[in-house]
Amino acid sequence: MSGVRVLVGTRKGAFILTADGKREKWSIDGPHFAGWEMYNLKGSPADPDRLYASQTSGWFGQQVQRSSDGGKSWEPVGNEFAYDGATGTHQWYDGTPHPWEFKRVWHLEPSRDDPETVYAGIEDAALFKTTDGGKSWRELRGLRTHGSGASWQPGAGGMCLHTILLDPKTADRMFVAISAAGAFRSDDAGATWRPINRGLHSQFIPDPDAEVGHCVHRIAMHPSRPATLYMQKHWDVMRTDDAGDSWREVSGNLPTDFGFVVDVHAHEPETVYVVPIKSDSEHFPLDGKLRVYRSRTGGGQWEELAKGLPQRDCYVNVLRDAMAVDSLDSCGIYFGTTGGQVYVSADGGDSWNAIVRDLPAVLSVEVQTLP
Amino acid sequence: MIRVVLPAHLRTLARVEGEVRVEVQGTPTPAAVVDALEASYPALRGAIRDHRSKKRRPFVRFFACERDLSHEPPENPLPEAVATGAEPFLVVGAIAGG
Repeated sequence: MSGVRVLVGTRKGAFILTADGKREKWSIDGPHFAGWEMYNLKGSPADPDRLYASQTSGWFGQQVQRSSDGGKSWEPVGNEFAYDGATGTHQWYDGTPHPWEFKRVWHLEPSRDDPETVYAGIEDAALFKTTDGGKSWRELRGLRTHGSGASWQPGAGGMCLHTILLDPKTADRMFVAISAAGAFRSDDAGATWRPINRGLHSQFIPDPDAEVGHCVHRIAMHPSRPATLYMQKHWDVMRTDDAGDSWREVSGNLPTDFGFVVDVHAHEPETVYVVPIKSDSEHFPLDGKLRVYRSRTGGGQWEELAKGLPQRDCYVNVLRDAMAVDSLDSCGIYFGTTGGQVYVSADGGDSWNAIVRDLPAVLSVEVQTLP
Repeated sequence: MIRVVLPAHLRTLARVEGEVRVEVQGTPTPAAVVDALEASYPALRGAIRDHRSKKRRPFVRFFACERDLSHEPPENPLPEAVATGAEPFLVVGAIAGG
């Protein structure tokens, strides 16, 4: 029987949650790397037993861990992320120039067809790539040096490259998102890049319609329609149907359009999920009620999904890398909270259950659908 | 042989328990001890000091013989008691946050 493996990164270690296809009875394995901040764990689509993990600490810096047996054992691999060439400066919070400095790896995106190839999104924002299973990393410097980098500025969480989407249909096309610079696209395997932020409107920057400077929180894609992207921006939920050349707002009837996560149903490219958060200064759900919102119309019209979720006194957040979907016949939706809960819906969002309730604050949730 | 005490997280990373001992050629210094640690335990590369600049990470401290050596030049000789193995060289994670 098929099953799922949920990879959970938290502020104090990693956890691996497994279940069969019913997704009712769960095994909890962890903490792995106890005491370390685990920003992201992700499996290779080409070899589900090959996992990569970003392990980081304010004391001891960055480690990258690799597993070849589905997370039973791990080995440290290369952890040197050296910018290629002159680092230059970006803007600091106060608008002054600040040198680019490596801080941590936010996201690891394994190649769709080669377990040895992985992309890493880092803070301060840049994109790195390994082709030897993580032993060595080299920067795809065309992103950081394409021209607008000097005007990028950190969001409250740092100037992080947090989203990497590899286009499954158009060879060499990929998308990344940076907080607070915006979204970018490459059509030549990461050699050159251009901003794709037309249509975004952000009141917190001097020119609300600027080419860069937007605080994009997350982008999601359905693999069958890679030119359609959904974006949860600092405020506003956005959609593009031309690979980012133009965006339009699809916040519709959401009770608030601030939030961090966005994801797409595995089998329905027009079914989208977000978790509305009250505001940029109040990072918790409206009215103490944790609710996922689902649109079956590709945005615009949203329905509240609350069955099984706490509907009083709930003041957690759901961070940008903490939602994922599986690809079982009845699509499973997963998200983790800063309160340490990981929720699953095995019926596309209609009802929810907590897999686990008392983990450290959840930073990331990734799901592998196993044969 | 130089005796080295690592903090718990670095012992886990290096997969060692208790003190470790490293061989240092020539006059033992903090830099030479970290060189030897990184050679013996590659997982520690980048965890104690920067890969390229060799600058100590801000929240890592070097102690020995009840002295804080963190702000002394890393090429300075270690105390005689550390060089002879009578006292250990301590790599310490600073008390900062949780």
